[in-house]
Amino acid sequence: MVNVIINGKSVSVPEGSTILEAARIAGIKIPTLCYLKDINAIGACRVCVVEVKGARSLVASCVYPVSEGMEIITNSPRVLKSRKTTVELILSDHEKKCLSCVRSKNCELQSLSKELGCDENHYDGAVNQFPLDLSTPYLIRDNNKCILCRRCVAACHDYQSVSVIGANARGFDTHIGTFFSQDLDKVPCVACGQCINVCPTGALREREEIDDVLAAINDKEKHVVFVTAPAVRVAIGEEFGYPVGTNTQGKMVAAIKKLGADRVYDVNMTADLTIMEEGYEFLHRLKNNGVLPMLTSCSPGWIKFVEHYYPEFIPNLSTCKSPQQMFGAVIKTYYAEKQGLDPKNIVVVSVMPCTAKKFEKGRDYQSASGVPDIDYVLTTRELARLIKREGIMFNQLEDEDFDPALGIGSTAGLIFGATGGVMEAALRTLREVLEGKSFENLDFKEVRGMKGIKEATYNIAGIDVKVAVASSLSNARTLLEKIKKGEADYHFIEIMTCPGGCVNGGGQPIRTAEERNNMDIPGLRAKAIYDTDAKSKLRKSHDNPVVKELYENYFGEPNSHKAHEILHTKYVKRGL
Amino acid sequence: MGKIKLTKVAFAGTAEQEKQLKEKLAEIKQMEGALMPALQAAQEIYGYLPKEVQAIIAEELGISQEEVFGVATFYSQFTLNPQGKIQVSVCLGTACYVKGSGEVLDKFKSLLGIEEGECTADGKYSLVATRCIGCCGLAPVLTVNDKVYGKVSVSDVEKIIAENN
Repeated sequence: MVNVIINGKSVSVPEGSTILEAARIAGIKIPTLCYLKDINAIGACRVCVVEVKGARSLVASCVYPVSEGMEIITNSPRVLKSRKTTVELILSDHEKKCLSCVRSKNCELQSLSKELGCDENHYDGAVNQFPLDLSTPYLIRDNNKCILCRRCVAACHDYQSVSVIGANARGFDTHIGTFFSQDLDKVPCVACGQCINVCPTGALREREEIDDVLAAINDKEKHVVFVTAPAVRVAIGEEFGYPVGTNTQGKMVAAIKKLGADRVYDVNMTADLTIMEEGYEFLHRLKNNGVLPMLTSCSPGWIKFVEHYYPEFIPNLSTCKSPQQMFGAVIKTYYAEKQGLDPKNIVVVSVMPCTAKKFEKGRDYQSASGVPDIDYVLTTRELARLIKREGIMFNQLEDEDFDPALGIGSTAGLIFGATGGVMEAALRTLREVLEGKSFENLDFKEVRGMKGIKEATYNIAGIDVKVAVASSLSNARTLLEKIKKGEADYHFIEIMTCPGGCVNGGGQPIRTAEERNNMDIPGLRAKAIYDTDAKSKLRKSHDNPVVKELYENYFGEPNSHKAHEILHTKYVKRGL
Repeated sequence: MGKIKLTKVAFAGTAEQEKQLKEKLAEIKQMEGALMPALQAAQEIYGYLPKEVQAIIAEELGISQEEVFGVATFYSQFTLNPQGKIQVSVCLGTACYVKGSGEVLDKFKSLLGIEEGECTADGKYSLVATRCIGCCGLAPVLTVNDKVYGKVSVSDVEKIIAENN
């Protein structure tokens, strides 16, 4: 331990702590802007500066280690003046169109400016002007609002190991861009949206589809079906003031009904269907010397990653569509037939914790009925915005259930929302199918939790099934490299693009760096999912009555010809 | 993003150049901070750092293409633009500038259709603005390859281009 004095108060902190960490232990907050725990400690923005007795100049507390007897002042007039000047200089080259900015009231630059008493027009000088990057269906980059904190660059590099964005040019010309300033759709971006989640300002946002959805709802000809992903219900409440990790499924469903949707269904149902299709696909590969390890295919950022960076693993990917796409496909085939509707008049809106889903819906081989399976994808954030825009008072709504028929999902489907969930759901079903009996204890705890890579071996019907689970693409890369080198012989691998799984997806409510640095946000949201699962009566995908009905009356059996036509897809090599 | 000057000149690297580059990269790829010497070597071999060459560097060093580009655009010693067969350098030193070399440079820009630091799409002309070249008595001064032109006026520009065509 090291003894230091912060603002006159003695405190003992672990050796190697930074001043920022030491201050937190002492209960003193130092503002930060570019700092993001674990991935971005670069001392670039100079907002976290403090005075250290004996030091020649102010030091950046996020990178400055403490030493024995160090005396630190975090709030002297000199410090406050420096911070204010720094932020005013940042503001001098920031497009201050704050009133309608998507991040207004949730902008770290805005809060800091207010906190420090800044004058946003103090420095009147040259201002950079950048065109917006509107090239992709999932993300908009507006460098006019970028403050060069490089948090997005760190997320792209550290979480996803793809580094398609970085700082280009120099000095006043510095901007975040891509290789040879190409549009984002021309570089191997995986569409994960983690860059949006870490952005302190409005420089990055999803490509909104709210207006299209409203137009569909107001079109009398259209039958509008909403489907919501597992992870949305445990996060959307945050947009309405609920604590992180609150499951507000009932209010979410009620709100969507108020928006005017004709039906609201639960993607947990097609998560169950995925388990059936993917489970049988796995068994087929296992019994017939098929390509192993089999890799899950639910996470579209991961699929894009394989197509760009590891095309040699395309044969390992399950051919199953993702639960989102399966739902769209089921609605526009089975449901359309049953309801006597023309698929062209059905609009399927999926609400996802994800930006890559906006890319996925436009992929080839995702149009089972001849028209795209999914019409619009709203992120969790967009749904919250839409609910607010329509004047629906979310917090006061009575809980409602998903619509009957397709609205039943098991909580094996629900746990898809957290890393390890797909694997656990698959194991619950595989074990019972192979051993021909049901089990009381359905927990596979080894694959749960926020660890980046998890490995386990389960003996199922006499076979040792080796499984691995990874979340974030840098962890996925580690696993793939191990397999390439022959250092691992897994049978079945679950990969989720975002660290912690969909609960931490690129379309989820944005939390400030302060919150990210001091709370386990993905862990809390995942806990809400597992708590719901623990209390559930329907915890196995193969017990879902809707799934049973679909196989009995429509698909025949898992992996049937019809199931292949409607529920499976193909992948393409994309190159770098 | 308009701040980086990208060339329209088609890449014309030879197999020999690629072999040379790959040999150099094999030699240095294990060392820490190999990117800077890699870019320096590449610029020596090709005269500039085209996209195709930066992609080779990224691949060989096992880093992303953007990481290479970020460094290549940070240091002014690196250029993304090839040198034309005919290089026009207009002096913007104090004396020349006062005598109107800025207008001369502008005239070249408009006649050649390129910005300063760029090369025409056919690879023929490139245009740079230089600091004082040491013959202020002849201001405004420019050079076309090794040939020096003194006391130049805007109206001479067309003739100079024609002479060197």
